[in-house]
This record gives sequence, structure tokens and C-alpha cells, in this order.
Amino acid sequence: MIPFETFLEGTVRTATPLSFAALGETITERSGIINIGLEGAIIAGAFGGFVAAGTGHVWIGFAGAAAAGMFIAAIFAFFAIRLRTDQIIAGTAISLMSLGLTATLYRQLYGATGAALSIPTMGVVEIPGLVSIPLIGRALFAQPPITYLLYALIPVVWFWLYRTYSGLGLRAIGEDPRAAVAAGIPANRVQALAVLLGGMFGGIAGGTLVIAQAGSFAEGMSAGRGFIAIAIVVLGRWHPFGVAAAALVFGAASALQYLFQAMGWSLPYQLFLALPYVLTLLGLAGIAGKATAPASLGRWQDQT
Amino acid sequence: MPDLSLLADALVRATPLIIAGLAVAFAFRGGVFNIGAEGQLLVGATAGAAVSLWAGPALGRSVLIVALLSAALAGAAWAAVAAELRKRFGVLEIISTIMLNFIALHLVSFLVRGPLQEPTRIYPQTQSIADSARLPIILPNTRFHFGFIIAIVLACFFGWLFKTTAIGFRVRAIGAAPKAAWIAGKVDVKRTSYIVFLVSGALAGLAGGIEVSGVTYALYENLSPGYGYTAIAVALIAGLNPIGVIASGIFFAFLETGALALQRDFAIPSSAASVVEAVFVLAALAISSLRGRGIPGLTRPATR
Amino acid sequence: MDDGPSANWSLTQASIGQPVSDSPANALELRGITKNFGAVTALDDVSLSIKPGSIHALLGENGAGKTTLMRIAFGMVKADSGQILRDGGLLELRSPADAIAARIGMVHQQFSLIPAMTVAENVALGGKGLYNVNDVAARISEIASTTGLTIDSRARVANLTSAERQKVEIVRTLAHDARILILDEPTAVLAEKDIGELFEQLRVFASAGGSVVLITHKLQNALDHADEVSVLRHGKLVLNAPMDAASKDSLTAAMLGSAPQEQGITRGTAIRSRLVARVGPPFVEVFAGEILGVAALEGAAGPLLRSFAGRAQTGSGKPGSGKTGLRVGFVPENRQEEALIPDLSLTENLALKNAGERRGIIDWKQLRDNTSTVIREFDVRASGPDATARSLSGGNQQRFVLGRELSDKPELLVLENPTQGLDVNAASVVHQRMKAARDSGTAIVFYSTDLDELVDLADRVVVVGGGRISDSPPDKSEIGRLLLGIETAEHPVA
Repeated sequence: MIPFETFLEGTVRTATPLSFAALGETITERSGIINIGLEGAIIAGAFGGFVAAGTGHVWIGFAGAAAAGMFIAAIFAFFAIRLRTDQIIAGTAISLMSLGLTATLYRQLYGATGAALSIPTMGVVEIPGLVSIPLIGRALFAQPPITYLLYALIPVVWFWLYRTYSGLGLRAIGEDPRAAVAAGIPANRVQALAVLLGGMFGGIAGGTLVIAQAGSFAEGMSAGRGFIAIAIVVLGRWHPFGVAAAALVFGAASALQYLFQAMGWSLPYQLFLALPYVLTLLGLAGIAGKATAPASLGRWQDQT
Repeated sequence: MPDLSLLADALVRATPLIIAGLAVAFAFRGGVFNIGAEGQLLVGATAGAAVSLWAGPALGRSVLIVALLSAALAGAAWAAVAAELRKRFGVLEIISTIMLNFIALHLVSFLVRGPLQEPTRIYPQTQSIADSARLPIILPNTRFHFGFIIAIVLACFFGWLFKTTAIGFRVRAIGAAPKAAWIAGKVDVKRTSYIVFLVSGALAGLAGGIEVSGVTYALYENLSPGYGYTAIAVALIAGLNPIGVIASGIFFAFLETGALALQRDFAIPSSAASVVEAVFVLAALAISSLRGRGIPGLTRPATR
Repeated sequence: MDDGPSANWSLTQASIGQPVSDSPANALELRGITKNFGAVTALDDVSLSIKPGSIHALLGENGAGKTTLMRIAFGMVKADSGQILRDGGLLELRSPADAIAARIGMVHQQFSLIPAMTVAENVALGGKGLYNVNDVAARISEIASTTGLTIDSRARVANLTSAERQKVEIVRTLAHDARILILDEPTAVLAEKDIGELFEQLRVFASAGGSVVLITHKLQNALDHADEVSVLRHGKLVLNAPMDAASKDSLTAAMLGSAPQEQGITRGTAIRSRLVARVGPPFVEVFAGEILGVAALEGAAGPLLRSFAGRAQTGSGKPGSGKTGLRVGFVPENRQEEALIPDLSLTENLALKNAGERRGIIDWKQLRDNTSTVIREFDVRASGPDATARSLSGGNQQRFVLGRELSDKPELLVLENPTQGLDVNAASVVHQRMKAARDSGTAIVFYSTDLDELVDLADRVVVVGGGRISDSPPDKSEIGRLLLGIETAEHPVA
């Protein structure tokens, strides 16, 4: 296979979990809530997916991942929406808690190495016809089915946000919860739903890492993807298609090392590891003033 | 004297927690969401180690002072990246500082395998620093070093700063209500929060420098078991009060050293300590929310 | 616009309970409504009936409880006790959604539109199912053809004028099939011409069988346009009558009760030779010993007042250029966010003044004494200098801020809408303090949305807007004419 194809495949592979997480966070942030606990939902999803996939079925694994992500999001929702505590602090604490909790449970259940457990992994399914498109065919259409689910979800989320009344209401809450309530929209309930969906998508992102990619769980394997996803939401301007595109750019940055290896160029591997984070900073600086966040994002608002 | 050495171990561990906790408390009080203490600490440790190694022979005993100052300066410089991004491009410091944490981690990983690696090129760490570059041990036959005294003095200084000085009041004012600070008080909010950011980074950097000069005597990858993240919990539990940071820093240090002992004796994973910490923070959040008042100074900054 | 076939995206009909009233003639009936906010009784056993096909004015001074009463009728605030009846059936309102479903609409004083969204999106808020912009646009033009409320459905609300935004709010309630329309101080933000147009449209709505509740503190609005009138004072209903049974005097007496009337207008004797401050271009000057009133369309006065106060926001957040060394007091309109730090003590809030220039150690004891002085001299009802700013009522907060800003005997005092949200007594105190400061030689610049206040208080008025500034005598019709000129110049085909 030519190196560039490998690079493109790596791009889509890396972008898949980032897209899931960022798509979910887009929903959450459009409702005016910033969930820094997304990192926690991803690691919980990875762990939940690992445990549930132990049953031998990959889709049960993903269901477990989604449930675990939602569980973490539910804790966040209780603090951010019911108690109206500071979203940043609650989210940070929940991320730290999830990282610690999954590590603790993992060592308790499987020992320090976890080698005893093997889980089924989701294999690649080629889509006939499309896979033979030159250059991008294999990259886009020789992927595990969870990636195809993502392809479907991106337009679905877009349609929901922009072509339905409930999506319109959700966006209205993100702009001005008081105005939304005055217009008859149950702001708290919609925000809670948005947070739970965000957590579910984050959980699936974690499940993807374990079930469709690594094939095992490792402590802290979310590796800041939750935070990168939050940056991707900004770069994608809070729009599902923009977010998907931004995630691809990040996937490409992370996949650069395959290209470099194939070309025989050698650079310290830490450089490649640090690249997505550096790129996030550059991207955020580059988009300055061009993206407008939902007006009430992250701020406590009395709704009466 | 096993009891004394356990106590000494806890206080040794409390030292970086108190100083980094001060860094977080100072920043949060001033409305700067610096959750990059971990990265700033690592960069500070790197600078401290490098200066100790390079300038040690030439400077004699005074190398210690120079090394610690360089550590603080490096921490401030690392924070300045996020501060600049916020000032120039409005990049959320919550995201930028986390990205910088990961970048710092990979930077250290690169340095201890590259330019700063010990001469035998076997271990991923630097050479040990000279005796003259080390902080004095206070209690003989323990690891209890002078850094703890520095931590206490710094906490008292910042407590005094908040309570009695015009600068301290300005920092509290911009954190509590940036708009009122500008409109009613004519405080230059952007400039003040920039300075807060740098001071916070300098403190975190100093924590790293003291860790190298007082405990590890060398730079290596896992130098910090997440001090910078625990520091967030330390600061929040202390209600962002510098004097309170001493108590909560010692408390968390006992918790973590206790967890290490438990892990040794009862096979309870030490990561459980971070779960306990996060639960403490969430409980504190819930209590302050139910009492109808936020943690002082934790209103989200209006300008981003 | 009667019960025509509603578009497929309209809300579902509310379930209204069995009739419990013998007088189904009332479109809306409030019975024995009581509401306490902490220790303060906002509404005390208020009963009110709204007839179909009528315009019902709800009069009262600021703080009388008018808005709270109607927010209860709209489901935004829950009453402590009392009943709400719609067409004679008991109505359970848990949220505005229930009120909207019961075909009640409310146009709020502070606009509840979302500026970042289009007119169509704002009008559509609260619907169910699939959102199609063309359906909504069709509904908007249908409403326009029956009521004359013409509005571009694709315009972004952020780009609309106050009058246009108000139209959007009304269109929205009509699009949701409202038959009872509650308007909270609708004329506060409108020029004379738009006020006339608004009432024409409301009359069309009422003639078709709808009910209008008009919350206002302006007597003239009620006298000119209402069929029924009710007056609230300090949370109690003090008058309820058909308009032809009420007179200007009886309404005035009901609204004010035995409240002290402000003393006759006293004009300052400005020493026009002593210029205190001058900003521009276009240039505006203020002299020692005068009160300069600023009349403006919404939002236009802000930049002028803030450059007087030296708070013009520059890119770096640095103080805008102004004459250095001038002692300036500034009372912003948004007390909670711009004048005070709610969670800090009054002493700390006093220290906030000039916090940007203070150096070294703060003498807290001295500041505490100064705070006690302000509390005493400005009659601030607080438990002491250690009370948090949050614990004070709006009127007391305003007196504290005014006292703080006057505490260093400023050469210039700048105030934005200084009496907004204050009851008549508190407002009167603020006016007296302003005059006293003027008489002791302070130059005062203030802005008010209330033209009556402007005329009564100012020695001289400037009218601002559309990039122009015109001098005017303190005369209401002249100011109105100038404001209108600005409006039409800005929007020639509005």
C-alpha cells in the first residue's frame, strides 16, 4: 500500500473517536453547557466498553461504553444543572475522578496488567464499490462499522439542530436561557438531555478506542482526547460538519508519523506525540474572532 | 523511627502540593482558570535541573537560588504562552493550559532521552545534581527538606497579600466581578489577570524546582504523580484561601502517602486517592452551592 | 386573525379544567394572588378580571407589583396562593409553556428575543416537530396582512431597532395563537410615532375578540387607549374600574397614595464659565453646577456617558483617554454587574472605587469608617459595613453606590438611568441628592429613558443619536421631536 493511503487511513482512524466526542460536546455546548468532564466520559466509556465487550459481543461492548459515558455525564449534569455549580470546576473534578476511578477498578478487577482478559475487537468491514475509489476509498470505506455509524450521525445531529423545533429550542437555550424559558422551552430538561447525549457520544468515543482500535484498556488511555475534542468544537464553530472537518485535520496531524516513517524521515517520536496539542493551540489562535460561541456558554444563568 | 519518617514523607509530599495549590488558588481567585500547574511544574523542574547541572560547578552554593529562580521563571514563561493566547486571541485558558500540560510531558520525555540524558545513556533521566545544588535536609535521616519552610512562608505571604494590599484586593475584585472591577474601580482587568497568570505559573514552576532540588535530585519522566492536578483539589478544598492551602495540602499529602502504604500492605490501588480527592471537591462544590454561595472568586470571567 | 386554521407547527391546545366560575365572560381571571419574596410581600391578595375584546391597563409606580402579577399569569413566577382562571376554567401554570398552550402571550420589558438568531427562528421558538423556515415566513406574512405588523422574517434580530424588536415579540405571541396579550411597559422604548402605530395594532387585535393587558406606569397611555383600568400600589389592588368611570385625578391618587410629591422644579444656576469636561467629537460640554440631561434612543447614550466617566472601553481594556486628575463619580445602570461586587462586603465595595489606582497597603479601618458614614448619610438600610452588597434591596444598593461615588466630592458625576427599578420614594431621594450635589458645584451628566424625569431634573438637555447631537431645552415635546427626527433619519422607510 502506498504510504499516502496508510496516512489517510490513519487519519480517519484517529479522527473517529475525536469526532464522536466532539459531536457530542457540540450538542452539549449548543445548549449553553461546557462539559470539561468529557475526558471523564471518554475514559469511562473505554473502561465500560472493555468490561461489556468481555461478554464476547462488540455491540454489547459499545452499549456498555455509551452507558458508562452517560453515567459520568449524569453526575456532571447533577452538579452543573441541578446545583448550578461552576461548570469548569465540576467538569475538571469529574474528569479527575473518572481517571482515578477507572484505574482503581481496572487494577481491582484485572490486576496491574489486565493481561488475563481478552476482548473481541471490531474488525474492518469494506463497503463494496466505494472502497475502490482511488486514494480515499480505503481510508473512508475500509473501516470498522462504528465509523460508518459516525458518518450517519453527523448529518442526523445537523438535521436535529437546524431543522427541528427541538434543535432550535436547544440552540436558543445556549444563546439565552431566560428568553428560551419565556418562549416555553423547558431549559433544564433540554440541557440535561444535551449533557447526557454528549456523555453518551463521549462514551462511544472511549469504546471505539478499546473495541475498534487498541483491543485492550490502559489507564489514562483517553490521553487528553476530551480536551482536544472541546478545542475541535471551537475550531468547527459549534457546527456538526465543521466539527467533523476539524476532527479530520487533527487525525491527519496525528497520522503524520506514519507518513514520516514510511518516507524514512526520522524525528523524535515525542514531537509527533506533542503535535496534536500544539496544533490545537495554533488552531485556536488562528480562529480567534472568527467563531462565536453560544452566548451563554458556561455561564450560570438565573432562568426567571 | 518509622513514625517520624512517615510524617516526614507526608510533609515532603505536601510541599509541592502547597506551592502548586497556591498557584491554582491565586489564579482562580483572580479569575484565571489555570489548570496547567502540572505543565508549569514540569517545565520548572526541567529548568531547575538543567541550571543545577550546567551552572552547578561554577556557582557553588548560590546555584540553589539561581536554580529555583530559573524554575519559577520557566513556569511563568510556560504560563505566558497561555496568557498570551488568551490576551491576543481570546483562547480559553482551560483548554490551552491542558494542552500545554501534555506538551510539557512530551518535552520532558524528549529531553531525558536526548539532550539532558545522563552520560551513560542507559536511564531516561538526567545526572544527579551536585550536593551544593540541593535543598538542606531539616530532619536528619529523613527526606524532610527546607522546601516545606518555603511553602509555608509563601502561603503566609499570599494570605497577607490578599488581606491587606491594594494589589491583592485588585486580584480578588477582577476574579469576583471583572466588569465591576473595571467600571467601578477602573482596574485594568486584562493587564492584572495577565500578571496573575504569570505569578501563578511562577509558583507552579517553583514547586517543580523545589521538587528537583529537595527530593528527586534529578529530572525524569514521572517526576510528578499529578501534583499539578491534585493542586486544583487542594486549592478548592481550601476555599482558595492561601492559609487554608497549607492545611488542605498536608491533608491530601497524608491521603496520598497513606494510599501508597495501603497499596503496599493491602493491595488497594493508590489511584483510589485521586477518586477520594475528586469526591471531596465535588462535595465541597455541592455544599457551597446548597448554601447559596459560590466559592469566593469563582464567577466565570465575563471576557474570554 | 380569528381562530383561523393554524399552521401545522403551532402548539397543542392546553387542557383547561372544568368551569368553576359563574362569569365565563372573563378571558382571564386572577383570584386572591399572593406572592412573597423573602420577607417582602410583592403581591397581597390581588384579584383581577380581564374581559375579552378589551384593552386593560394595569397601572402602578415602579415596584408596585405589576410585572410580578403578570409573570404569574404567564407561568414565569409561581404564586404562593391564589387561582388563575382562563375562560372560566381553572388553569395550572407550571411554566410559560403552559401559558402559551393556554393561548396567553407576553411581551417582556427586557426583550426576550435572541439577538444571534433570525426573526423566523425567534418567532418559531417553542414549536414542535420539523422546522421549516418557509412555513414560518408564510405565517409571519399572514399575520402581517391581518394586523399590519410587517417584519422581514430573515433579518437577524441583532440588527433590528427597538420598535422592530417589539413587533417581532408581538408577532411571536400571535403566531402561537395568543388570544390574551400581556405587554410590559411597551411604550418605554418607543418613539411617539411608533406608540401610535402600536396602539392601532392592539385595537385591531382587541376588536377581533382578543384581550390586551397593558402594564404601564404612564398614566397617559392608559387614559388614551385602555377600556378598563386597574391600579396596584405596594402589591395591593387599590382601584379597578372601566376607563370611563376613572379620571386622571382619581388614577393619580390611586397610584401615588400618600406618597410625598417631589418639590417643584428647581433649576440650577450654572456658572457657564467653568467648564468641567468636554468629550467628542461631536463635542458635548458640561459645566460646574449644572445637571445635563441626555436623551437618546436605546443604546445611543452609553458611549457618550462612558467617555464622560472615563470608562470608554478601549481594545486593551485600559481607561479611555480623559482629562487626568479629574475626580469623577459614575453610577452605571447595571448595578449588580458594573457597580458592585455582590458577594463582597459594603466596606470592600467602597474600596472598589479607585481600586485601579490604589497602591500599597489598604487602611481597612479607615474605609470601614467611611462606609459607615455613607450608610448613615445616604440612609442605606443595611446591617452595617460588613453586610454583603447582595443582601441589600435595589433601592438601598443604588443609594449606597450614589453615596460612594459622591464620597470624594467629585467634580463630575455621571449617572445612567439613575432611578430605574426604584420605587417613587427611593427615586425621590436620588433626585434630591443629585440636586444637592449640583448646588454644591458638581457637574452632573445623566441619561434616562424616562423623558419626564429628564425634563424635571435637567437644566439643559442634549439629544443624541444617529451620529448627531442636538441641544434642546428641557421640554418634552421638543425632545420628542428631536428623537423622532433621529429615528426617521436612521430608518427612512421604517
